[in-house]
Amino acid sequence: MVPLSHYLILSAVLFAIGMFGALTRRNAIGILMALELMFNAVNLNFVAFSRYLPSTMLQGQIFAIFVITVAAAEAAVGLAIVLGLYRNFKTINVDEINLMKW
Amino acid sequence: MTVTQTVFFLMAALTTGAALLVVLAKNIVHCAIALVLTFFGVAALYVLLDAEFLAAVQVLLYVGGITILLLFAIMLTSRISARGVKIMNEQVGMSALVVFAIFALIAFASLKGFAVVGSLPPSSYATASLGRLLLTTYVLPFEAVSILLLAAMVGAIILARREREKD
Repeated sequence: MVPLSHYLILSAVLFAIGMFGALTRRNAIGILMALELMFNAVNLNFVAFSRYLPSTMLQGQIFAIFVITVAAAEAAVGLAIVLGLYRNFKTINVDEINLMKW
Repeated sequence: MTVTQTVFFLMAALTTGAALLVVLAKNIVHCAIALVLTFFGVAALYVLLDAEFLAAVQVLLYVGGITILLLFAIMLTSRISARGVKIMNEQVGMSALVVFAIFALIAFASLKGFAVVGSLPPSSYATASLGRLLLTTYVLPFEAVSILLLAAMVGAIILARREREKD
């Protein structure tokens, strides 16, 4: 049987990779992909805890379902915003979209 | 090493490698394909954790839904897959530092705080009790999330719609 700590470390690795991507990518779609990685890491944590901690209530899995739902909504709205950006700026590199920066 | 552990390490390696590819690959389409691999790896880990329903939801929603959406957006903004373009901004060093610090913190907390937690026998009929919970104890969040989805759908349509030419 795999101990809980293995899952937690794997989830931490996934979260760190996703965070690195979200901080360094220039492409807005790349940033959204990195965000999805972070969501997955968090969900893995929820499911692992719901499997290992003494509880028969499955709250972890319920919460993971809600996280997945909100992630789907986030992806839809985020990609619509990216399309709007591309239409207005002809680029989706986030460091070139600096109209409100000085 | 038992079969479960072998499968776990294989899937962990697949997931981590694909995640690295998502973040580091030059071509954004390759990133999307690596993202599919990552989602499949996480779904396999859900199966290992006795969460079959979540594994199915993961495959249906992430692989079937979000990735397709991402690919559509990539194709609609086609100029960005041009070669020779820098994919990262100037804050790589600082980001690596911050990310490593946060990883060390999470790893320390997980190893320190949950070292003694053993494993329980899996509960049978997990999917059935999941459905029962969603329609009894958690029915209010369930309905709220459906309203959220409706609002997100309307918002996405309005944002992505091409404006009529104004005169």
